[in-house]
Amino acid sequence: MEAVYLTFILVLAIFLGFELISKVPATLHTPLMSGANAISGITLVGALTSAGAGNADMAAILGTLGVTFASINVVGGYMVTNRMLSMFKKKEGDEQ
Amino acid sequence: MSNALLINLSYVASAVLFIFGLKMLSSPATARNGNLVSACGMLLAIVVTLLDHSIVDFRWIALGLIIGGVIGAFAARLVAMTAMPELVAIFNGFGGIASLFVGWAALHYGDVSTFTVVTIFLSILIGGLTFTGSLIAFGKLSETIPGRPYIFTGQRTFNSLLLTAIVVVGVMFCMDPSNTTLLYVLIALSFVFGVMAVIPIGGADMPVVISLLNSYSGLAACAAGFAINNNILIVAGSLVGATGIILTNIMCKAMNRSLANVLFSGFGAVKTALSKVEGEVKPITPDDAYYILEAAGSVVVVPGYGMAVAQAQHVVKELQELLEHNGAEVSYAIHPVAGRMPGHMNVLLAEADVPYDLLIEMEDINPRMEMMDVAIVIGANDVVNPAAREMEDSPIYGMPIINVDYAKTVFVLKRSMAAGFAGVDNPLFFGENTRMLFGDAKESIGALVREFSS
Repeated sequence: MEAVYLTFILVLAIFLGFELISKVPATLHTPLMSGANAISGITLVGALTSAGAGNADMAAILGTLGVTFASINVVGGYMVTNRMLSMFKKKEGDEQ
Repeated sequence: MSNALLINLSYVASAVLFIFGLKMLSSPATARNGNLVSACGMLLAIVVTLLDHSIVDFRWIALGLIIGGVIGAFAARLVAMTAMPELVAIFNGFGGIASLFVGWAALHYGDVSTFTVVTIFLSILIGGLTFTGSLIAFGKLSETIPGRPYIFTGQRTFNSLLLTAIVVVGVMFCMDPSNTTLLYVLIALSFVFGVMAVIPIGGADMPVVISLLNSYSGLAACAAGFAINNNILIVAGSLVGATGIILTNIMCKAMNRSLANVLFSGFGAVKTALSKVEGEVKPITPDDAYYILEAAGSVVVVPGYGMAVAQAQHVVKELQELLEHNGAEVSYAIHPVAGRMPGHMNVLLAEADVPYDLLIEMEDINPRMEMMDVAIVIGANDVVNPAAREMEDSPIYGMPIINVDYAKTVFVLKRSMAAGFAGVDNPLFFGENTRMLFGDAKESIGALVREFSS
């Protein structure tokens, strides 16, 4: 049943995603992409559990590697998106 | 139990924040806050996961978080805006490899059901191919490896063999997940697959590849979520997957090509059209260009990848101000696939402080093109190539273009008289109303700026 339940979530989330961002102005293509990319770093959450299980085994090593790469993705992704968007925002202020 | 309940309820809150964040990211006025909302969702998910009772040792976590966080922060701060496409590509890759590790680690959680093994297989496969695919994309975008499509004889055969091998090894792995040899072979195959998927794709098609890899990194997280039974990974991963697909679709439409065509044809291999366009190009000096510009009442700038290469966005902005001072109305026409990633030109011009309401999308500028006194094409080629409209045997026939040739005068800034990326001859260069301004885009514009200032 677990599998069915997870698949259910998956299908709904995909449809939600398509509905959510069906129309994006070209100006935001890059920030949307890099912002979404930062979200894909959510895999960090999964890596935390393996890295912190307290066993000095393969799972801990893999978890730590996962945490490292995912953190680069999360921290870098959000910061760079913010940096880009701050450039867009400033103009709006100038215009007014 | 209450601990697990708290964690899962917080995941719901995180998912809501991601959803609102993405929604806000699709409108310029709310985009920045949207990104912050989504970052809050991420922070919540991470913090609450650390409360999990099964996490007893924080040393490794701290190590990973610090190393990754510092690298990510430095990269995000220090990398130049012009290097944004390759940065986004490499971040994608890191997300992919992280999902591979999560899936791999899930193998060590004791007895795993067949369903779980299948999802582990998927997270390793998608994660691995996202990683190496992104590395290749990074290499092509930063020009550490040549950007042109890489084609060899027997490529198709090799790829089908590779695909078969993945399926066979995948099935064997799913039946015998404890066999580490199969696991390593699988990882290696997924890496090779990522390389093979991206090398035949040319630089001009990179916007499609980046958006697709973006989608894959989400799907990899999603598969990892299945492998470890984690809802938030599934929800967030599929949201990203959907975003990537939408962007990929927009890019493909802008080139009038199907995704399959972009991925499998090796655009550059198609080479030139059957009928060669012949004609005489009419070069112009910055002096003469200045006189025409001075008399112009409306000017449209059409940037392309060449502007990024020459880093000309700041001088372009200077020229824009001088022209506006001179009474001209200046706008920018942006083709959806101009540059190397979706929205590339918008980011560069934003960096140069160009207000984004001056950036006009292709469908909106085309009807007004005939009223434009001067169109300045800076390092763009295919996206302004009239062959896409007129020559049925052209490889880019049918691709929507910015109709600069309808403007009264067209200046084309070009380094030299080489064919554009797709190896397509561009009849625009021979147009009656076209003047070629040869040289480095930055220097050419700089020369015009000096003419105006003096």
